[in-house]
Amino acid sequence: MKSLDLTMALVVGGLFAAGVHLMLQRSLTRILLGFIVLGHGTNLLLLTTGGADPLPQAMALTAIVITFGITTFLLALAYRSWRLSGHDEVPDDIEDRRIGDVRERADTEPTADVEDDEDEGDDGFGGGPRARGPVGSGDRRGEEGG
Amino acid sequence: MTWLVSLPVMLPILAAGISLGLSRHGFAQRLLTVLVLSAVFVDAVLLLVAVDRDGRAEVAFGGWAPTLGITLAADLLSALLLAVAVLVALAVLLFAIGQGTPDRAGSSIVPFHPAYLLLVSGVSLAFLSGDLFNLFVAFEVMLASSYVLITLNAGAARVRAGMTYTMTSLMSSLLFLTAVALIYAATGTVNLTELAERTAGLDDGVRSALGAFLLVVFAIKAAVVPLHFWLPDGYPTAPAPITAVFAALLTKVGVYAMIRTQSQLFPREDTWWLVAGAAVLTMLVGILGAIAQDDINRLLSFTLVSHIGFMLFGIALFDVAGFTGAILYIIHHIVVQAGLFLVAGLVVARTGTAALHRLESRDSSEGAGAAEQHGTPPVVTALFLLPALSMAGIPPFSGFIAKFALLKAAVADGGTAAYLMSAAALVTSLLTLYAMVRMWRAVSSPVAGPSGHQRLTVGATAGIVLVGLAIAAGAGPLAELSERAAHDLLAR
Repeated sequence: MKSLDLTMALVVGGLFAAGVHLMLQRSLTRILLGFIVLGHGTNLLLLTTGGADPLPQAMALTAIVITFGITTFLLALAYRSWRLSGHDEVPDDIEDRRIGDVRERADTEPTADVEDDEDEGDDGFGGGPRARGPVGSGDRRGEEGG
Repeated sequence: MTWLVSLPVMLPILAAGISLGLSRHGFAQRLLTVLVLSAVFVDAVLLLVAVDRDGRAEVAFGGWAPTLGITLAADLLSALLLAVAVLVALAVLLFAIGQGTPDRAGSSIVPFHPAYLLLVSGVSLAFLSGDLFNLFVAFEVMLASSYVLITLNAGAARVRAGMTYTMTSLMSSLLFLTAVALIYAATGTVNLTELAERTAGLDDGVRSALGAFLLVVFAIKAAVVPLHFWLPDGYPTAPAPITAVFAALLTKVGVYAMIRTQSQLFPREDTWWLVAGAAVLTMLVGILGAIAQDDINRLLSFTLVSHIGFMLFGIALFDVAGFTGAILYIIHHIVVQAGLFLVAGLVVARTGTAALHRLESRDSSEGAGAAEQHGTPPVVTALFLLPALSMAGIPPFSGFIAKFALLKAAVADGGTAAYLMSAAALVTSLLTLYAMVRMWRAVSSPVAGPSGHQRLTVGATAGIVLVGLAIAAGAGPLAELSERAAHDLLAR
């Protein structure tokens, strides 16, 4: 095993840090930049560790081609997101929050099916498996917003 | 033999190109995909027979020496999994055709068939890959087409889910590439056979670090808790056939890669506590997540995460019996999970909703009269019941056989970790049954939606369920085959 050039090691480390930081952002464009930077870091690592050996260079070339293709796809995705919603931010998952609401609802109100108001009137049969919470006060309308 | 090994990779890639040119001829495109997948399945079966008879087959592409160029290698494990995977991919394809895949949206062409063919090619390449870098390329081919499939003709919700899925996969791919670079730096080769010889000579610390690095990479791809968050977010939003093929194949390719690399490059003598812990966590967290869900596709996605834990169970034991159990479980799970997602697709297509509480509320609000008018066809309920019972591990279905193999391996091992995992596995099986009963209530409740009966979708689902039954019926020979495959893995 050969020893690594310290400068290269620092550059690779810096690229990785910057790439990961960018990938953790909300905006898809920044994520895309993060992916590119991270890809460069990885390719540089491949080259640095390989030295004059041609095999890692071939691998880096392949990886560059793959990264390039994926980048184009991500750009298209960001563009579609922008066309659909006017921005390219990755929003929260709604279903996760709904499940949380279900739990909250079951704790406070054992029978009603609040989320689908159209079903609510005639659903007085004891409900599904979610409606097993302790019988408490029905007054929870106020909390729903927060 | 050369042809048998290279065909599952080359044929779908070629066909994907042709398929793209056939975009304007829907029928020809569909026919091409079906024919190619059928051919690949026949090829995979022939390959399995050939490998079983003659032993491991290796092909060096383009006349390069095996350690320099691209190598494909087929042994019992890869041929077996390839055959099962392609068969399921074929059934899911028929379901997708029966459901009517959108061929074009407005003026733009929706490349479902080319992407699907590329996906199958990537999966085949992953199973047959003979070196680590090639395995990386296989994952990229597979994932790139999966990005296209999951965001195909997508609205806002699916673009969101697709982003999460794409980003997580990309991150793990880059980590994989980093691991390849480090492994090459440490050993000077990426060929799996050569690596198996050279990793033994490595310093203990370096060896453990590289092994752990690869473990994390494949754990992300296989959705092992705590690296599973992307899966229940991304999968349920896609159309049923796409979710089914992802659930059946993609995570299992991750588990396969884990088995392949850990058993060959980083063999160990004793139980692997790290993976044992991950197995227990994955089983329990996954199934508890499934119970909390209200959307049937999300419920199934969490069940999928949970049952990845069973495969880790086998890997953690790290002996022939454990790997046999893991291989059996992969085969069982590919078929059964795809079947369940397809049934969920049938239910959603008939009722227009995937929310459990809505499906159940029809029961109470519409009463018995409505039930007589629009009862869920017994075919669909039966198609749900068989894989659901199998998933929960009720004898005599395939899930029972796979779980039994794992528990037997654990008892033979006799260690603390083995018993801990067995306990978690039993609890998970019970809770799986509970989750399946919840879903059963929704599936069997009367349907008020359009009841257009689509023969091909039901037929394709029935086909998958029958394959599941065939696995149970042929459990003896299959277990014996898996055991030999596990033996081969650890022998080298």
